[in-house]
Amino acid sequence: MSYKTAVASLSSYEKGTIELNDDLRHYAFSNIFEVCNKSRPYERVMVVSNLEYAAEAVRAEGTSPWYTAPHDEFAIVMDGEIEFTFFQLTDAEKPTHKAGAIRLQADPKGKRMGRVIARRGHEVLLPTGSAYQLKAAKPSVALIQTSMGPESVEKWSQICVLK
Amino acid sequence: MNAVRIENVQVTPSEPDPVLGYRKYQFGSFTFERDAYFVHVRWPKGMHTIEVDRFLRAMVRDIGWGFFYGWIFFDDVFGTQNHYGTVDIFAGTYSKGHRDTKVDFLETFNTADVAAAFETISVNWINEGYDPLRAPLETGSPLGPKTKEASGPLIRGFKPASRMMGLPGDVSPRSDASGHPINRAFADLKFDKPVIEPEPGFEGQIHAFNLYDHIARADVTWNPSFTSITRACICCVTSEEHMLPVIHGNDRNEWFIQLTDEIHWNIQDKNTGNPRGRIVMKSGDVCAMPADIRHQGFAPKRSMLMVLENGTPGLQEKYAKGELEPFPITAKRW
Repeated sequence: MSYKTAVASLSSYEKGTIELNDDLRHYAFSNIFEVCNKSRPYERVMVVSNLEYAAEAVRAEGTSPWYTAPHDEFAIVMDGEIEFTFFQLTDAEKPTHKAGAIRLQADPKGKRMGRVIARRGHEVLLPTGSAYQLKAAKPSVALIQTSMGPESVEKWSQICVLK
Repeated sequence: MNAVRIENVQVTPSEPDPVLGYRKYQFGSFTFERDAYFVHVRWPKGMHTIEVDRFLRAMVRDIGWGFFYGWIFFDDVFGTQNHYGTVDIFAGTYSKGHRDTKVDFLETFNTADVAAAFETISVNWINEGYDPLRAPLETGSPLGPKTKEASGPLIRGFKPASRMMGLPGDVSPRSDASGHPINRAFADLKFDKPVIEPEPGFEGQIHAFNLYDHIARADVTWNPSFTSITRACICCVTSEEHMLPVIHGNDRNEWFIQLTDEIHWNIQDKNTGNPRGRIVMKSGDVCAMPADIRHQGFAPKRSMLMVLENGTPGLQEKYAKGELEPFPITAKRW
């Protein structure tokens, strides 16, 4: 017997269903590819929120701003190919906010740490103490495990199934 | 409800049954007995019967998960609740019929005592050729008399990562070398490695790995492994096939991200067990599992699921006291 694994993408996804005798807002049911089909490049749309923690769905297309966070973050590439470039933060660039990603106001000034090229299924460390930038030649998708922060975008009413 | 805390109790075995060969066990006020088809749980004023495959699949996972977050219902009657240091074993506590007739029962034990008892029972009751952590299509039958005890690791999960899987000093992803070939159900996928190019001096600080490859190599089902942790936010991944052999009652909100294929979830009220409905999650879907529900999943084909947990200590008490709403997105955020 051969199996056919269903892996959705920006161009091909089929959303599931939610049929509950309950307030559907409590379940915040969405689809990452649907969200990213409607997002601007590098808009970090929250699809998971668990008190201070979050996961953000990101449409990677072109070159992103430089980001940093006061803690590790992790990116899982869900579709396409994304290049991640890392620079070590100087003392002056280290974030002073509590949690989540923040945008650097200028290119990072520290040492270049390296780069990762990741495709579907790859998980990438976005290490604390670094600035990172994403680059994608074609529209791609990443899910970022992080905390809610200055770059997090909430639009639950637009992305979730409500009836 | 009858509730008693028992300190430092050990499981007591009987002599082997002369016909079937299995031992019966006493643990606190509960007795556990198996025959060729069923497990019979007895407690003062009550008894309950569970099909043996379902019981063993639930029991080994309950141990392996460290009793997980909240309630693990082996079925609608029997199960455990984790208090993170102690564990309740309950029978009928969340079943209206049992409560109304006052035959519900609950005892609280030290976590280590319950783990030792469940492991002792599992070892005696699992025969070679049957592996309750595997999908039913990949293992033998638990039915019938005792033969030879299984010799492999009955209770195996995956050692959790402390920061991120594959980093120097952290746990490694599954591989051919670790004895984990790609599962038959994911043989149609291609798995490659990310390109990692650290500058000199930054080796080991730039890191990536193929998460889907790690999941595709799992030799267990419904058994999550921690792959990345930031503060108390834990990413767990797991391969799911057939049915989740327990019903999980949440003591906090958790989130599911369906990576491949689909899982059908039955949703119930946590306290009453009354059905609330169902959710079908497909690849790319994201859904919260609120803190006031029970859920059980059914995966027609082996699929990849990601679960994001908030492991903040003491969170369960805040939800239980009503200090936190039992759902993640509060009204003003809509």
